Amino acid sequence: MRAKTCRSTSEDSPVTPSQAINGALRKVPAWTVYIVCAIWTAWMFYLGLTGGLGVEPINALEREYGELALQLLVLGLLVTPLRKWTGVNLLKFRRAIGVSAFFLVLAHFSVWAVLDVQSVERIWADIVKRPYVTVGMVGFVLMIPLALTSNNLSIRKLGAASWRKLHKLTYPIAILGAVHYLWLARGFQWEPLIYLAIIMLLLAARMKWERARAMA
Amino acid sequence: MAHRWINNLTRADATPKSVYLNRRQILAGTVGLGAIGLAGSASANTLEPNTLEEITTYNNFYEFGTGKNDPAQNAHKLVTSPWSIKVDGLVDNPGEYALGDLLDGLTVEDRIYRFRCVEAWSMVIPWNGIELADILNKVGVQSRAKYVAFETVVQPENMIGVQRRVLDFPYVEGLRLDEAMHPLTIMATGIYDEPIYNQNGAPIRLVVPWKYGFKSIKSIVRITLQEDEPPTSWNKANPREYGFYSNVNPNVDHPRWSQATERRIGGGLFAPRIDTLMFNGYENEVAGLYAGQDLSVDI
Repeated sequence: MRAKTCRSTSEDSPVTPSQAINGALRKVPAWTVYIVCAIWTAWMFYLGLTGGLGVEPINALEREYGELALQLLVLGLLVTPLRKWTGVNLLKFRRAIGVSAFFLVLAHFSVWAVLDVQSVERIWADIVKRPYVTVGMVGFVLMIPLALTSNNLSIRKLGAASWRKLHKLTYPIAILGAVHYLWLARGFQWEPLIYLAIIMLLLAARMKWERARAMA
Repeated sequence: MAHRWINNLTRADATPKSVYLNRRQILAGTVGLGAIGLAGSASANTLEPNTLEEITTYNNFYEFGTGKNDPAQNAHKLVTSPWSIKVDGLVDNPGEYALGDLLDGLTVEDRIYRFRCVEAWSMVIPWNGIELADILNKVGVQSRAKYVAFETVVQPENMIGVQRRVLDFPYVEGLRLDEAMHPLTIMATGIYDEPIYNQNGAPIRLVVPWKYGFKSIKSIVRITLQEDEPPTSWNKANPREYGFYSNVNPNVDHPRWSQATERRIGGGLFAPRIDTLMFNGYENEVAGLYAGQDLSVDI
């Protein structure tokens, strides 16, 4: 991504809320996102070990990690619309948000594979036979190239245009994540539908802008 | 008592209150076979009941939300007194029975059963309950009756899950008459000699230990004897995934997860998976009910 965008410094007019937020965020380094996510991940694991996640901590941990991963994916998709709609600029955090989402998916996968399913045979059987696992797994695999190229060197090597194209995979990944969640829910449940709806809305907004840009 | 099945367990085989309130340590005997796992022999058939905390904080009771802890949080709103059960259909003595009247004179027994959820987790629960056969004999089953239908109470203002329409409520379930009359089938009114908690289906619920947990319908307000197979809630919600019988069967997978293994609640973050037993370990007792049926078809 472009490292810095020029901003017009506000003249004498009073500071708007979004400017105030941006001003405060300027002092927060991007790596804070990694630290917060790492501490949270470790804290949840500790809670699971010590009974804080209830009497069945394995599924609880799986769910906690999976849900935060999905939330981070949505947050990553929100960065641009948020700037366009409200002026709040989270751009410098976007890479950290995306890479953290990958690490949370990795943690989610690890808990599922190691603590929950517990055997290579069963892991493979689940991936092949259970559509909701297949969908989640495809999303996870698609995230790997994005995580590996989330650095300035890769942007230079790939060229900004093809790098950006590659990272549009974020949309199908987020949709796969939401479908994965929807598919594993029993009965009619709102939460996964809400995630899916938000992702589709963000995707629709993005497509509208791109079309407008293409026509300009 | 119906007296077709002898319960070899006594109160001494269940975990004493002082222990289960702390942490389960004592080995309880095996239901059905009557082999009692004393002397600490770690036999595969030894059943170790879950703690009351585990049994009352990890529940599926979608009327109170879909999270496992939601019923424990929300079920206090359930009004269980007064409670009456409508008994109708092909019975000699239909009517609206006060719970006490329906159970009056019947024997409450201790039954330590494995409990296997379709989601591949399990517990061991020390129920107190009455054989369903006793209740059915009391109301008089007519000869044309082939099935028993059950219905859970609906109190929309007290049930967040009903407001959210998670399922098509009221929750309904059913058994074939021979399953209902089987001596393993009980109507539970207690756990660990305490009145059953709301989140576990107070004041009275079905327990069919060889079937997936969702068959064991909670907080029952209606029992109907009928000739036709009754609709069941999960089958209505997703007929491809949930059949009428829903017997525990490690050889027939649920489309979305394997049923070959299960995880016993209470083992913490590193709990091992254990093999699921045919008919949840009650094969000797109930396999005869399904002689001639293809259990990969009659799911």
